[in-house]
Amino acid sequence: MIAEIGAFAAALALALSFAQGGLGLLFAQSEARAAAAAAVSQAAALSCLLAFGLLMTLFVQSDFTVAVVAANSHIDKPLIYKIAGTWGNHEGSMLLWCFVSASFGAIFATLRGKQSLGLWSRTIGVQGLVTAGALIYTLFLSNPFARLDPAPMLGSGLNPLLQDPALAAHPPLLYLGYVGMSVPFSLALAALLEGKADQAWARALRPWTLLAWTCLTLGIGLGSYWAYYELGWGGWWFWDPVENASFMPWLVAAALVHSAIVTERRGSLASWTILLAIMGFGLALLGTFLVRSGVLTSVHAFAVDPQRGIAVLVLLAVALGAGFGLYAWRAPKLAQPSGFAAISRESMLVWNNFGLAVAAGVVLIGTLYPLVVEAFGGGLISVGPPFFNATVAPLLAVLLLLLPLGPMLTWRVGDMRAALLKLAPAAILALITLVVALVMTQWRAAPALGLMLGVWLIAGGLIYLWVRLQRGTGKLLAKIAILPLAVWSMSLAHIGAGVMTLGAVAETAFRTERAVALAPGEGVAFAGRRVSLVQVGGIEGPNYSATRANFRVDQASGESRTMSAERRYFTTSPMPTTEVGILSGFDGDLYVALGEEVRGGNGAWTVRLYHNPLVQFIFIGVLMMGFGGVLSLVALARKRNAST
Amino acid sequence: MSMRRRDQRLMIIGVAGAVLVLAATLTFAGLRDSVVYFVAPSELSTKAEVGQRIRLGGLVVEGTLHSDAGVTTFSVTDGATEVQVRYEGLLPDLFREGQGVVCEGEWVPGEAFQADRVLAKHDENYMPREVAEALKERGEWKGQGSP
Repeated sequence: MIAEIGAFAAALALALSFAQGGLGLLFAQSEARAAAAAAVSQAAALSCLLAFGLLMTLFVQSDFTVAVVAANSHIDKPLIYKIAGTWGNHEGSMLLWCFVSASFGAIFATLRGKQSLGLWSRTIGVQGLVTAGALIYTLFLSNPFARLDPAPMLGSGLNPLLQDPALAAHPPLLYLGYVGMSVPFSLALAALLEGKADQAWARALRPWTLLAWTCLTLGIGLGSYWAYYELGWGGWWFWDPVENASFMPWLVAAALVHSAIVTERRGSLASWTILLAIMGFGLALLGTFLVRSGVLTSVHAFAVDPQRGIAVLVLLAVALGAGFGLYAWRAPKLAQPSGFAAISRESMLVWNNFGLAVAAGVVLIGTLYPLVVEAFGGGLISVGPPFFNATVAPLLAVLLLLLPLGPMLTWRVGDMRAALLKLAPAAILALITLVVALVMTQWRAAPALGLMLGVWLIAGGLIYLWVRLQRGTGKLLAKIAILPLAVWSMSLAHIGAGVMTLGAVAETAFRTERAVALAPGEGVAFAGRRVSLVQVGGIEGPNYSATRANFRVDQASGESRTMSAERRYFTTSPMPTTEVGILSGFDGDLYVALGEEVRGGNGAWTVRLYHNPLVQFIFIGVLMMGFGGVLSLVALARKRNAST
Repeated sequence: MSMRRRDQRLMIIGVAGAVLVLAATLTFAGLRDSVVYFVAPSELSTKAEVGQRIRLGGLVVEGTLHSDAGVTTFSVTDGATEVQVRYEGLLPDLFREGQGVVCEGEWVPGEAFQADRVLAKHDENYMPREVAEALKERGEWKGQGSP
């Protein structure tokens, strides 16, 4: 019965979303009709919440008469993973997509602020149609409430690799980011319909863009962290199509976060901001398509269903067609903005946008190239990390090199000489880093330049904070307390980018790895330490049994630490999973993955050792960027409350 | 003043154009150099150039998996030809005899395929698409999730 009510709630939400779209778009001149559209959007969100809550109930109850539950859950699974199982599969995750989209529509409708009637109403309307499109796809092509007859007794279980706290949180965060891009899209289309994209419009756009970007940042970071400690490959980013699918909207969202600032502060770049919002949502949909259609061979695997892939492609075509069509028709009519000089805060932000957009384009080409070649009969190919490292990395490096200059320049007309003089200490520190790194790496230019860039970003960010603190009079502590939150958030995000650059460069360039066969009692010298296998034994978990190897690590300092790595065998799955051992130190992670017992090897086991220098910096940097986004959201909320 | 602004705009467009051209050049040069072709075991001798990076895909032959001190060898087949693969490293968790696999590396005639990356899938029901295509060509395909 629960499943039928759930399907009904989803169908109701579909009808409500269409009503929301119609009311919001067709009657945008009437205050009463727009209020009705807002109320309908809240009802649609509640219906989606009910549907999603019921699906979650089915998972918690392990109702195996429902196909999705039977295929993705198991009676023995811990409760938290039964709940996470709701979105750990295709159908459930699509329902989550609808729920998030409907909720964002309702939240947007509720927090109207000072938005004009036409903009507010039309945005609600477009958002309603976005939700309706997602619901049509969910209900007709991936219905999570479909029954299964006969029902199995136990369920086949969630893929054990996914039974992990980081991965329970990864999809919802990523979806908040993907779907978060739908509100800027709706706002962009509403602005085109209105024929007006002014500073008030950009003020409405900014929090949603920031929210989407922050969620994408944290979601991608979490996924990367999971890949690092769960897959046992020692790496954190593989330029895999599925990773690229989330990276492209991230790049465009990052550009949008910055261009929206220009539009809000100065009224310029409105038409570009609209275009970015359309492309950002397009890439978010394309990401869904790439992930869900299985058209690209990926280290990840999801449902492979061409019909679903085509349906997502149709939704993508409708969204982009509507977006670009409206843009071509209406954008020329938008008011021409005030100008700015070639050296100014605006121009630096234009370069930021240019670089991020080109990087997104290059990633897009690299990701889709295999599809194009295959379509034209050129055989099956893949484009791997060497391509992206050779193209995207230098582009982003130039972008990061310019980054510290931006905040130092004033709006409209900036003084480059003064900015460079203030940044001189950072430049000197960066050059010292370059020379030291060149000598220590025996003239390896690429990693030395990368480390220089990281130091330049961090020092540049700190100098900006310092410069801001010099303004006004009074004690330093008092000035720290009154420094605007927006300054802290930006500095945190920019310094975070520097910290992440240091980690990414060091990990990529200086990682060492070694595979050895060790019997209990044996040891091996590795990365300045001695790693010994102490013993190997079996343990029992809640729904798996595992082989656990205990290691002793003797540091160069004479200190001794222990660590363990496991291979887990789940009762529901024929494949074992790796639980790596990680020992974090100042210079990075010692990372141990346990392989299989060597046949005829007198009790020896294959062990893979990695030393990942500064790898923590990557995840700390991502956290700093994400936290910068959160702070910025708080700053915007405060400003909004102060002005109403 | 308006003249200066136009000059500035021209300069910005010029620099942006130059960057774009550079990015496009890098991109297409990169694509030419780093594209990795997919090859089935029976195509190896005709399609693969010596020293070129390729992806070899097929089914892991039952009973051919051996590993010794971190060096793993196994054979991959598309139903017509078997090729021995040599891989130094830890196999992915989903690697199984009898199942589909994609190996990336280099091949020298008369020697085993030297793989430095082995891809098996997260999902035990999933078949790498390239492997499926290769098997279909050989008539070894038995439908979704096969074999």
